[in-house]
Amino acid sequence: MSAHAKAQPVGGPIWTRGFRLITALFAVSAVLMIWRWIVGLGAATDLSDGYPWGLWIAFDVVTGTALGCGGYAMAFLVYIFNKGRYHPLVRPAVLTSALGYTMAALAINLDVGRPLYIYLIPIRPSWWNLNSALLEVALCVMSYVAVLWIELSPAFFERWEAGPEGFLKKLSATFHPIVKKLMVPLLAVGILLPTMHQSSLGSLMLLAGKKLHGLWHTPLLPLLFLISCVGMGYAVVAFEGTLAARVFHRHRETSMLASLGKVTGAVVMGWAVLRLLDIVLRGKVGLLFSFDMYGFFFWLEVALSIVGALMLLSGSRHTEAGQFVASMLIVSSGVLYRIDTYLVAYNPGPNWSYFPTVPEQLITLGIVAFEIMLYVVLVKTFPILSGGTSARAAK
Amino acid sequence: MATNRRALLKGMAAAGAVVASGVTTAEARARKRAPADAIGMLYDATLCIGCKTCVVACKQANGLPPDTSRGDGLWDAPDDLNSKTKNIIKLYKGEGRQSFMKAQCMHCVDPSCINACMMGSLEKREYGVVTWHGERCTGCRYCGVACPYGIPTYEYDKAFPAVVKCEMCAQRKDKPFKPACCEICPVKAVIFGTYADLLVEAKRRLAEHPDRYEPKVFGETDGGGTQVLYLSAAGIPFDKLGLPDLGPEPVPQLQQSIQHGIYQGFIAPAALFAVLAGVIWRNRKAAARGEGVDS
Repeated sequence: MSAHAKAQPVGGPIWTRGFRLITALFAVSAVLMIWRWIVGLGAATDLSDGYPWGLWIAFDVVTGTALGCGGYAMAFLVYIFNKGRYHPLVRPAVLTSALGYTMAALAINLDVGRPLYIYLIPIRPSWWNLNSALLEVALCVMSYVAVLWIELSPAFFERWEAGPEGFLKKLSATFHPIVKKLMVPLLAVGILLPTMHQSSLGSLMLLAGKKLHGLWHTPLLPLLFLISCVGMGYAVVAFEGTLAARVFHRHRETSMLASLGKVTGAVVMGWAVLRLLDIVLRGKVGLLFSFDMYGFFFWLEVALSIVGALMLLSGSRHTEAGQFVASMLIVSSGVLYRIDTYLVAYNPGPNWSYFPTVPEQLITLGIVAFEIMLYVVLVKTFPILSGGTSARAAK
Repeated sequence: MATNRRALLKGMAAAGAVVASGVTTAEARARKRAPADAIGMLYDATLCIGCKTCVVACKQANGLPPDTSRGDGLWDAPDDLNSKTKNIIKLYKGEGRQSFMKAQCMHCVDPSCINACMMGSLEKREYGVVTWHGERCTGCRYCGVACPYGIPTYEYDKAFPAVVKCEMCAQRKDKPFKPACCEICPVKAVIFGTYADLLVEAKRRLAEHPDRYEPKVFGETDGGGTQVLYLSAAGIPFDKLGLPDLGPEPVPQLQQSIQHGIYQGFIAPAALFAVLAGVIWRNRKAAARGEGVDS
């Protein structure tokens, strides 16, 4: 392992100008969140009986968890395909996953009308409807949030073990060995759970039947959602790696990300091919050339993913710019695919329309801001990112 | 590393085989039938005079508030089914002809909403009536996404909302399971009875006046069947009345076949877990011995 491989806290002041800015954004949205719980969904959102699900489900939950699939995708590569050299990318990926999923859980609490009843789900198995794909998603996401934070916990323990005597040191001494011992089943569960619920997030919309446009409604929805989240996971790792290197002036794992790019490119290309093949095999080619809004968004999804994948399969993957642009394209395609499936291609009838209100948008932004705040605090305090200060930054 | 990958591929093939076998068995997911004592309604659009007495009777029987959001606020004038309106009369107007249409929960034989609902808050109760139980509902609104008829409505104006829909007057204190709309209808355009009797009656009317009706009882097979049946005037297809052409397959059939295929007996996830844990364990052991870190 190289000298860069050891994870270290980034250090430095937390309360910077940028941090104050996102804190302000979060503060505004926090007030709106409380307001939403007081006035109800009708006053705060544009949701209706026609569009029961809006921005919070389509973006914060369905897309947010897919953006949080870096940990899942990397675990597959490192622990199953045994590519140990990617190990330095795992811990930051698990952190973004833990944050992404935790934020999705927060968003669910804002979106459902009777949030306290969510907490009956894990404790009332006798009420479970085992036919409900959403029940499976709920149980998997709840467990996976816990699994991710436990997977990440060694980063906390390492720091506390090196710290002063006290409660945290004792806590680490007790639990660090237990977590180490449990790592194998924990990692396996950490791969199993996203496999289950990311595919089920696709299955959910099978039940929308004819309300979902034919270019999106396919028996392959679960498989397409699963492959797409793996591609997005890898792309997010590259994206986050670039940003972290820039912002914190760290050494960037460009060559490692280049070889990861090959994997990403292959997965994403596979998704695009499957998506097109599915349309052909279901005899819906006509819809591809109907030149309406649906055709436009379909082609946009496919084009973004194919261009991104081709970049990563070509020479561009060796440059920082190429990696960054390609991962942006792939992430955009994945985000669009989910928003399309849950909102754009969902048509409950001619009398209904939906567009997120300003409070809805601000709350979504605030949740992202909160995620960034937690990310900054955690990487500055705990050994998560690897790679020391870069030569450029040292100058 | 070759051994590891072989072990992984073998394991995945095994898991795949389990899934595949699950899919085939699940495709045979038994078609649901209405229970023997199922009750229902039959709405004959050729008889309805659009007096909306049923709308008023429904509100009274269910204790629903007036919807005065339109006009000068002095008039109960809902513009569609909503959290204050479980039953509504609509009007279709086209090319010189018109037809009234009564909308309320269809009480599907194999309801999408019930398949969607996480905690069984929506449930098919006695007589096959679909009812909502607030003590289990998280307010996720997946039922609304799933329903092909756009029936479940939600109290968006409340901080602690309920799901509102026709429950065939199951909760009616004086006469449970006696729908007030059918009781009050002055021209018997909507009638109440057992599902079996109503189906016979609908077919009898079709046979007696084939020139008067669209040649079909909506709900006999549509979307797996509905306990509320419809007859429409000749020349006015059901989709004009807001009843979509779903085909005979129950709406939840596709999703359920796939999900049951994957999760049958929880064998595939358990097998996948075992394979994953085995491979991780071997890889880590190899790594600890200083080999196979990179392949």
